[in-house]
Amino acid sequence: MTPRPDEPEELPIRADDDVVRVRQLVRTYAQQVKLSLVDQTKLVTAASELARNTLVYGGGGFARVGTTTVDGRTGIRASFHDEGPGIPDLSLALADGWSSGKGMGLGLSGARRLVDEFDLDTAVGRGTVVTVVKWKR
Amino acid sequence: MERVPILKIGGVLLVSIQIDLQDQSVLALQEDLAERISATGAHGVVIDISAVEIVDSFIGRMFATIASISRLFDADTVVVGMRPAVAITLVELGLTLGGVRTALDLERGMKILETLGRDRGRTGREAR
Repeated sequence: MTPRPDEPEELPIRADDDVVRVRQLVRTYAQQVKLSLVDQTKLVTAASELARNTLVYGGGGFARVGTTTVDGRTGIRASFHDEGPGIPDLSLALADGWSSGKGMGLGLSGARRLVDEFDLDTAVGRGTVVTVVKWKR
Repeated sequence: MERVPILKIGGVLLVSIQIDLQDQSVLALQEDLAERISATGAHGVVIDISAVEIVDSFIGRMFATIASISRLFDADTVVVGMRPAVAITLVELGLTLGGVRTALDLERGMKILETLGRDRGRTGREAR
């Protein structure tokens, strides 16, 4: 698994152990662009939260992971796609402590704090895509 | 699904997490630990996470759950060996692990349990 620049890799998120595989893939990329150990850990932790959301709330989907270069800056971009019920109330879902299922309600809001860029695209009945970026410092 | 082994050292159960935890393994560990504490009458549980590269909210919640379960069996729980990067990430994630006792390493964790066990010997288990 040798990541090439700007050519993302996709992994299905259909079961519990897929979440572990997504974490490992994100870590591989993060190490490849030499993110600091703390930044690697933050990104992988965020990916773990988001992949679990895709599985538990979105009913499964896939993750796309790759490097990204903008204005000479390099980072890792990871997105999480599902075709689940979508999120009806975004501000509520992004609030700390809110949870519609298992967990502590830290998944989305916590993941957002761990990355540099966070984008959430959701439509009720159509699904959710969460995209995060962590830049190399 | 991989299972995390539970070792018994005297009155303490040692859980050293050496695998990349999937959620099912986390749930299995909680159940296995409850069984083992109940069966052995252990007074303490040490969870060694020095090999754990990430702790997300699900794994973090496991520590709190295990500590609560242990308490119902009159046992104390100490989480030891957290990596610095994991600690920084946990705080930023918003997970404070309130109510979970921690120690720098296994040796200190065992010492804490030993002290707690001694205090308990003086005051009697039901006095806690």
